[in-house]
Amino acid sequence: MAEREKLLEVKDLKVTFGSKRHPFTAVDGVSFDIYRGETFGLVGESGSGKTTIGRAIIRVNPVAGGTVTYNGQVISGKVSRAVDRQVIEQIQMIFQDPMASLNERAKVDYIVSEGLYNLHSHLSESERQEKVSRALSAVGLLPEFASRFPHEFSGGQRQRIGIARSLIMDPQFIIADEPISALDVSIRAQVLNLMSKLQKERGLTYLFIAHDLSVVRFISDRIGVIYRGKLMELAESEQLFAHPLHPYTKALLSAIPMPDPVGEREKKLLVYDPACHGYTEQDPPQWAEVEPGHFVWADRRELDKYRKALGQ
Amino acid sequence: MTNDNIILSFQDLDIRFTLRGQVLNAIRSVSLDVYRGESLAIVGESGSGKSVFTKSAMGLLDANGVIAGGHIWYGGRDLTTFTREKEWLTIRGKEIAMVMQDPMTSLNPLKTVGDQILEAVLLHQDLRGEAAKKAAVQALAAVGIDDPERRYKQYPHEFSGGMRQRVVIAAAVACRPKILICDEPTTALDVTIQAQILDLIKALQKKLDLTTIYITHDLGVVANVADRIAVMYAGDIVEVGRCEEVFYDPKHPYTWALLSSLPQLGVKGQDLYSIQGTPPNLFHEVLGDAFAPRNPQALNIDFVERPPFFEVSPTHKARTWLLDPRAPKVEPPEHIRHLRQKGGYPHG
Ligand SMILES: Nc1ncnc2c1ncn2[C@@H]1O[C@H](COP(=O)(O)OP(=O)(O)OP(=O)(O)O)[C@@H](O)[C@H]1O
Ligand SMILES: Nc1ncnc2c1ncn2[C@@H]1O[C@H](COP(=O)(O)OP(=O)(O)OP(=O)(O)O)[C@@H](O)[C@H]1O
Ligand SMILES: [Mg+2]
Ligand SMILES: [Mg+2]
Repeated sequence: MAEREKLLEVKDLKVTFGSKRHPFTAVDGVSFDIYRGETFGLVGESGSGKTTIGRAIIRVNPVAGGTVTYNGQVISGKVSRAVDRQVIEQIQMIFQDPMASLNERAKVDYIVSEGLYNLHSHLSESERQEKVSRALSAVGLLPEFASRFPHEFSGGQRQRIGIARSLIMDPQFIIADEPISALDVSIRAQVLNLMSKLQKERGLTYLFIAHDLSVVRFISDRIGVIYRGKLMELAESEQLFAHPLHPYTKALLSAIPMPDPVGEREKKLLVYDPACHGYTEQDPPQWAEVEPGHFVWADRRELDKYRKALGQ
Repeated sequence: MTNDNIILSFQDLDIRFTLRGQVLNAIRSVSLDVYRGESLAIVGESGSGKSVFTKSAMGLLDANGVIAGGHIWYGGRDLTTFTREKEWLTIRGKEIAMVMQDPMTSLNPLKTVGDQILEAVLLHQDLRGEAAKKAAVQALAAVGIDDPERRYKQYPHEFSGGMRQRVVIAAAVACRPKILICDEPTTALDVTIQAQILDLIKALQKKLDLTTIYITHDLGVVANVADRIAVMYAGDIVEVGRCEEVFYDPKHPYTWALLSSLPQLGVKGQDLYSIQGTPPNLFHEVLGDAFAPRNPQALNIDFVERPPFFEVSPTHKARTWLLDPRAPKVEPPEHIRHLRQKGGYPHG
């Protein structure tokens, strides 16, 4: 894996909510790179800041610190109109909550083409309709559905409308926020296959946010594990599954649901206690590379232990 | 109902939606008994009717939907005869509560999270004033929300997706229902919280003598929580059995396809198994076995006549002609025959 081109660089990202006097830090000092053409998985507990990171990348959430660089250009903070437009054109986000993210009063036709309208693209009406039909077919929906309203669809169908809506923009980079958790396994498989196919054909890059680790493992080249707004571990998927280091990662892996009733009943859950580290001021934890491409949030003592565990 | 063990019984239920003059048969003559205290999982393709089916027991069908036939028995009453909202209010929330698929739609964005839970507590538990408020705060803590006192005063948009889902569960359970229907209760949750929520629901189930119905796509969740599984396809239940029976000895080709699509069985870099074709258009009448057009091994009769339920064991039955003694022997796909070994990951 030589010569990989960084498409997205997130450096020391910090996002806060609330007032200036009572800020709440949702994302703190998060750094990771995403290479062109890869799928980067982001997993972590509910409320850990995954969606917030995605929204900070597409400039919906303002950043309180750090930078986001896309294609070598800083896209966080104050940027020119041209850069803003570039972000809108090239980065699409598929949202988590299919119901809340679709305008209930608009027909599917409008919902799917909304991004085109927003960009004031110069498509003729028939070209636009053609694009809508193609996007709907691409996600396994009938083109006729264009004239229906979102509430007439099941949860899974609505999620596919959300995917069609981002595909129509021909993006380079897609942030997929729990794109398939509302889908049943069979359509989930279709959508995952579809995402892989689009990736191969169009060289797409994905930031894939999900809580279903079996899916993340299957689709991601690399995985970042986030806990309470901070990255805890980052590694190639198989490495992370084979040699998880951080106790939170281990807890996460131990909780993966298995399609096996007996196995489920015998399963031993590991629980992560953030107090277990016993960090001190003399040896504060830091983001360190334990082996090439494998990062972990740890103090020096833990790093030694982790390196030993990896047999180095 | 005479059978004491049955708490809720659907009989030959038909549900139709009218959409711009066209009729959609969302539920096609479905019967299902739900046993007192059990945990039943309903699984099936998106759009197969899982939500509609269960919503019908709460009078929550959309305005363009009707129960066109059949009965829903609960507590000696046929819920399908209800005509007024007032009648439904004796059931909804109180007897049967539902955690909806979309947490945002069941929370009021203009009210604080605490007030919404408090409402349920005041309405359904014998508590007033400070005691009620305390119970509401505890309900938040019980679903694993940190700093519940502060969170109590916040609005839904200040919560993450998974936290909102937990709030909805807290509110539903605060109503102290007999039956708790959880429609995709944990899709928005990460696995650790998911495991905790499932444990929580299971504990509540024991403590409060709840009957639970889970609707979920996640077969891992199903394996964890279900005593029994009902598999739905195109508005019909095609297989029902005890959890082990359905996982280790599935009979309906749709159940085979469902299990085959699991990402756990996928090989990186290769396509996952996915079911060819699309589900039938429910605006048209469905002939025979609804899954036949997508089943490469379908028999001729599958296209003509709806299969009856064939009994596999006293607790396991499936609607497939493959179980007819005259049918050719068709084995389930090789890779799902060993779920017992394949399901798990080596931990750590
Ligand atoms: N608009 C907002 N105002 C205030 N707080 C917010 C806002 N959006 C998010 N938060 C807070 O930021 C934190 C991170 O939320 P975020 O939605 O990014 O979590 P998540 O990792 O996507 O969780 P989930 O898996 O549940 O979707 C949470 O504590 C949440 O309450
Ligand atoms: N108000 C409505 N008007 C018309 N059709 C509807 C309406 N509500 C649901 N349907 C249709 O009824 C069928 C069953 O929908 P339902 O929501 O029960 O599916 P589901 O199995 O819960 O799917 P999912 O897993 O995606 O939530 C679908 O074909 C859906 O399009
Ligand atoms: Mg989120
Ligand atoms: Mg549903």
